[in-house]
Amino acid sequence: MLMLLKFDSKTIKKPIISTATLETNALINILRANVGARRGEMVVEVDDSKAKEVEEIFRRFGVEVIELKEAVVKDEDKCIHCGLCISICPVEVFKFDENWKVIAETEKCIHCGVCIKVCPCQALSLPI
Amino acid sequence: MKKTIEEINRKIAEGSVCVVTAEEMKEIVEELGAEKASKEVDVVTTGTFGAMCSSGVFMNFGHSDPPIKMQRVWLNDVEAYTGIAAVDAYLGVTQLSESRGMEYGGAHVIEDLVRGKEVELRAISYGTDCYPRKKIVTEIALEDLNQAVMVNPRNAYQRYKAATNSSDRVLRTYMGTLLPNFGNVTFAGCGEISPLNNDPEYRTIGIGTRIFLCGAKGYIIGEGTQHTPPFGTLMVKGNLKEMKPEFMKAIVMPGYGVTMMLGIGIPIPILDEQLAKATAIRDDQIFTEIIDFGVPRRDRPVVRKVTYAELKSGQVEINGEIVRVSPLSSYYMAKKVMEELKRMIDKGEFFLTQPVERIPTSGKMKPMKQREVKVVKSVMTKAVTISPTTSIEEASRIIIEKNVNHLPVVDENGVLIGIVTSWDVAKAVAMGKLGKVSDVMTRRVITAMPDEPIESAARKMEQYNISALPVVDAKKRVLGLVTSEDLSKLLARW
Repeated sequence: MLMLLKFDSKTIKKPIISTATLETNALINILRANVGARRGEMVVEVDDSKAKEVEEIFRRFGVEVIELKEAVVKDEDKCIHCGLCISICPVEVFKFDENWKVIAETEKCIHCGVCIKVCPCQALSLPI
Repeated sequence: MKKTIEEINRKIAEGSVCVVTAEEMKEIVEELGAEKASKEVDVVTTGTFGAMCSSGVFMNFGHSDPPIKMQRVWLNDVEAYTGIAAVDAYLGVTQLSESRGMEYGGAHVIEDLVRGKEVELRAISYGTDCYPRKKIVTEIALEDLNQAVMVNPRNAYQRYKAATNSSDRVLRTYMGTLLPNFGNVTFAGCGEISPLNNDPEYRTIGIGTRIFLCGAKGYIIGEGTQHTPPFGTLMVKGNLKEMKPEFMKAIVMPGYGVTMMLGIGIPIPILDEQLAKATAIRDDQIFTEIIDFGVPRRDRPVVRKVTYAELKSGQVEINGEIVRVSPLSSYYMAKKVMEELKRMIDKGEFFLTQPVERIPTSGKMKPMKQREVKVVKSVMTKAVTISPTTSIEEASRIIIEKNVNHLPVVDENGVLIGIVTSWDVAKAVAMGKLGKVSDVMTRRVITAMPDEPIESAARKMEQYNISALPVVDAKKRVLGLVTSEDLSKLLARW
């Protein structure tokens, strides 16, 4: 399960990720992190079997948890299959099929949003 | 045995023509050999679909009552050139909207018209005895125009330079977004299926050749601007009213602007064995260069030579690293163009033409004649440098004595390791920090090279909101300092 964690000025200073790992033995994969002085955001991946437990701990500390269900969305009417997104995506979500059509393997998406800003057709969006 | 275009057209009329796509032709020649293939195949269709900035549409709006001699005209707030007759104008695809900026431009107006939408026409004039009207605002659709002729000065590049970025920041270019430190490569052109690569001597592609232009029948009217074989280009025209929206697409290259992707297909008559051989060309025989957009100069350094086969594989090697590659052209759409042209010829809807004139098989591209290229070296001043162990107090004294605002910090070899500004010093004093400059200096310094054009230095200062750049050599030794004051003095003289 992918979770977007939002830290405020109190929670940002605490070692919450390590606590969650120690208490649940869950492996927490940090896909993206933006840590500032007063707030921070993180996208983490946790195995589905441990997700509920880990989420509980985050909430206990006062971290806002948003489950990321939908990944990047490609509007097929707008996409012209130029492939610009292919070399931009850090986790290789996009590739050509055998007909040179751009396809998206959205289960790999880490919600970084980089592709959305580079698409010349505005065909990509990231629903939260 | 040689064929003629008349013979091929007769076969098209009879419905007995053998037409294949460029993709299919490669296989056929490989299997049968060029001689046999030239007897079997009559026409090879080629195609490309990519961003072609040098495109636009001539329009005639008809006369209003009372009539106006348009001095300036806008369509959906995108200005068209009307320095020609009263109600004629040329709308270029890259022209930006005056109210919406980079999100809408000439390409979008053209696509909207082809999709049947109405656009707002606004024009102004000074008024004359023959054209008294000074202003008009109205709505027009494509069907309301007397003529709408797409005339594109440079289309269908045979091949194009690929792009990468050695610098440490993201570059947003007409070649797409380029990631720092050779993070990716982008390229344009469709390689082995692209029209000009399949007739590189331009024997059948010339002035008067009938082509497929965005779904309509168009014509080649000459070589394109910057035609530099094997980087050949074409100037083309076609009737916008006959075009189909699926074969054109207005796009926005983030940070660069608006442009238009166009679908162009060219039929190549297989008159003899040589043409069969030419249309068998493969991506691994088509070379181009990867150039470095990290250097903001006209002559950007070549990173390496590369074939279209490597580029299309999705990855290339640069300095021992695997770098991912994105095309900017759409092969998916280029193949659709080839197939649509093949269908039209098969059905007897599209006949071939003999060029009335050849286009040049060689050409040279000259740089712009400039008065002079001003470089940083010519405007830089001597830098007052200090060592990292200098006290903040001492630094403040130097700033006052030498009347400067920037002190580059250098090590014992004169190599730049930081910079301290009068602001940094004032801030340190205000906060009661009276240690060494190494405690307060900025370590990630934005620098300039001595032979960098001053425009590039000015852009860096603007981007990073700073007022000076240390000028360094290749070993990062400080040679001088260029300040925004130096540049504004220069601009004042212009």
